[in-house]
Amino acid sequence: MLRTFRIGGVHPPENKLSAGKPITPLAIPAQVIIPLSQHIGAPAQAVVKKGDMVKVGTLIGKSGGFVSANIHSSVSGKVNKIDNVLDASGYKRPAVIIDVTGDEWEESIDRSETLEKNCTLEPKEIIDKITACGIVGLGGATFPTQVKLTPPPGNKADLVIINAVECEPYLTSDHSLMLEKPEEILVGVTLLMKAVNVSKAVIGIENNKKDAIALLTRLSAGYPGIEVMPLKVQYPQGGEKQLIDAVIRKQVKSGALPISAGALVQNVGTAYAVYEAVQKNKPLVERVVTVTGKGVSNPSNFLVRIGTPINLLIDAAGGIPEDTGKIIGGGPMMGKALITPEVPVTKGSSGVLILSKEESARKPASNCIRCAKCVSACPMGLNPALLARSSSFSNWEIAEKNYITDCIECGSCSFTCPAHRPLLDFIRLGKGKVMGIIRARKS
Amino acid sequence: MILIAVISLGAIGAIGAIVLYAASKKFEVYEDPRIAQIQEVLPGANCGGCGYPGCGGFAGTCVKASSLNGLMCPVGGSEVMGKIAAILGMEAASAEPTVAVVRCNGTCENRPQTNRYDGVRSCAIATSLYGGETGCTYGCLGYGDCVKACAFDAIRINPLTGIAEVDEEKCTSCGACVKACPKNIIELRKKGPKGRRVFVSCVNKDKGVTAKKACSAACIGCSLCLKQCEFGAITIENNVSYIDYTKCRLCRKCVDVCPTHAIREVNFPPKKKKEEGAATAQTVARPAAQAKAAPAATAKATTDVAAPAAIKTTAPVETKATETGAAAAPVAPSETGAPVNDNNQK
Repeated sequence: MLRTFRIGGVHPPENKLSAGKPITPLAIPAQVIIPLSQHIGAPAQAVVKKGDMVKVGTLIGKSGGFVSANIHSSVSGKVNKIDNVLDASGYKRPAVIIDVTGDEWEESIDRSETLEKNCTLEPKEIIDKITACGIVGLGGATFPTQVKLTPPPGNKADLVIINAVECEPYLTSDHSLMLEKPEEILVGVTLLMKAVNVSKAVIGIENNKKDAIALLTRLSAGYPGIEVMPLKVQYPQGGEKQLIDAVIRKQVKSGALPISAGALVQNVGTAYAVYEAVQKNKPLVERVVTVTGKGVSNPSNFLVRIGTPINLLIDAAGGIPEDTGKIIGGGPMMGKALITPEVPVTKGSSGVLILSKEESARKPASNCIRCAKCVSACPMGLNPALLARSSSFSNWEIAEKNYITDCIECGSCSFTCPAHRPLLDFIRLGKGKVMGIIRARKS
Repeated sequence: MILIAVISLGAIGAIGAIVLYAASKKFEVYEDPRIAQIQEVLPGANCGGCGYPGCGGFAGTCVKASSLNGLMCPVGGSEVMGKIAAILGMEAASAEPTVAVVRCNGTCENRPQTNRYDGVRSCAIATSLYGGETGCTYGCLGYGDCVKACAFDAIRINPLTGIAEVDEEKCTSCGACVKACPKNIIELRKKGPKGRRVFVSCVNKDKGVTAKKACSAACIGCSLCLKQCEFGAITIENNVSYIDYTKCRLCRKCVDVCPTHAIREVNFPPKKKKEEGAATAQTVARPAAQAKAAPAATAKATTDVAAPAAIKTTAPVETKATETGAAAAPVAPSETGAPVNDNNQK
């Protein structure tokens, strides 16, 4: 019997259309748009100006605070301008726009394919390198990795959990990375273990990726302390708290950090980025992005430079199908429809999903019939119907008392609702309001 | 037997009455009778527009206050404040009546749609997810959070323009819509003599080129109005002009020079010299009004005439309007819901 998390969850159709497709490097575009805020926390401060020449890996944005990350140029060329550009939600945010000439890399970066297994660095030095290279959580939340590796005093990790679950339907970027760079990932895991001084790591992989499980299990024999754990396919297992529950059967208390359960969770893509940063001095300038959808003629996994406009990825996968309703950044459950396909790939872009008009249309909502399906589906043990209702009536007190701030916005409630009620939309609104109220109360 | 029961119950009643009488004397809470009198005078809408919790709270504050300065019932206006002053024997605070103003020109013609939002029809939710359905991230979304907030049925979404419109007659300037609007478009402004007022109907902070690209009637921060104003009423900050209504003398020179017609004049009589005079108040009606030119019409009539014209001349507007109408149905079922249902039945 395979393990999974114990409360709630749903199992949407997997639709992993691009599974098994090799990672194809995408041609470098003529111009890249690199946003200065690609992570949770303070935006980075631009350190280049118009007309500056940059190489691949040149620092262009300096971390703007404790919870922030460095931004590096992903191409070589000339800074065209620093301007506010449209992001995926239609608001304008500062970004560095670079015109590409050639492909010249910073000398310090080791571009060879040889596997560097040995690392003599101290934990502190590893974390410093990760900070310098601007590594963030690549699962989608884009939380700066160095912050996670330096937990607040009193919290100590007992083990590292590697999130290779990829529970979002359609997406296969982590899967393809595991098949092509397994050794690098394992070295990356070893580095993460060293950085937080633990001797055990578990790689959690959902059982729909049997080839990756087999490959990593075989190779992990050569890396002491690393274990591969196949998990039952269940959404949202990739949620940090859900994965901790699935792997070590511990629940994180309401409002507490996941580290309080003694586990440090990192995405498998992050482990690979950590390997490249520490062993190869390579900043986070490219990532694997899945381009998929039922209408897409050639669903693929691309290795893309950060800042490449998304429409170039779609063109490489066969262009936008005729009957397109929405283009989603991310997976179908937690992703967000893009306002235009011209927005750039950022550190957090794991996939581009093209849905037809029929697939993407919202069904008309009818009345709540109190079936409690959303309550059974909620992986955090909340009552989504109650939270959505109190939020729609602006009753923030009831929402707060019922732990609206614990919502992880996975969308299982909206997915399962037979009345097609937009539960998550209201809960997200309420969560934002209640967090604001709590912040105001504290200050 | 009956006698015993009567006497004992009577005695219990008497004792209870004495105790209650004593308690009511001992624990009596004195309430100023004027509070009740003031509450009689107040409109009783409990809208909170005065800044106090309901009409009772406002009445209590009035009685305790040493002067009525700064206290104002926006719903009742100076008339009610005069009555309150008479009750309290104080000077009435004079405040000019204000009215809610929607500062957006982004009609379907001015502001082309760039994408479609099909989520929950709520401005607050839409704002948390996206900038809006057009290139302008500052303008009115038209999902009607202000309509829901209004207790006086004074604001509605015009299905032709997709923008909130205030009914001056009904608006009490309680400010509920101002708080409800996540884009901070609505402002309470001086109603002005005969309801005449001039204001910049745009809050787009983008640079001129970007703003103009998103909406043809956006304020581009060109500062032509600033140079024209003789009274120093206009300031430009973050690429958007603002007219201080305490300084504005309603000369309307700024209206004439504004290249994008972002400055709007309301309730002025039509200018006789220019042909364009028909479009007195509503910029909304301008393109249609130019074609039709109904010079004698008042502000309200202009909109009425313009409405069918707009449908005839521009077909895409019509489809868009019905779309918005259908979407706004849950917001105002009585108005927009009915025709939509008819369509479904057919």
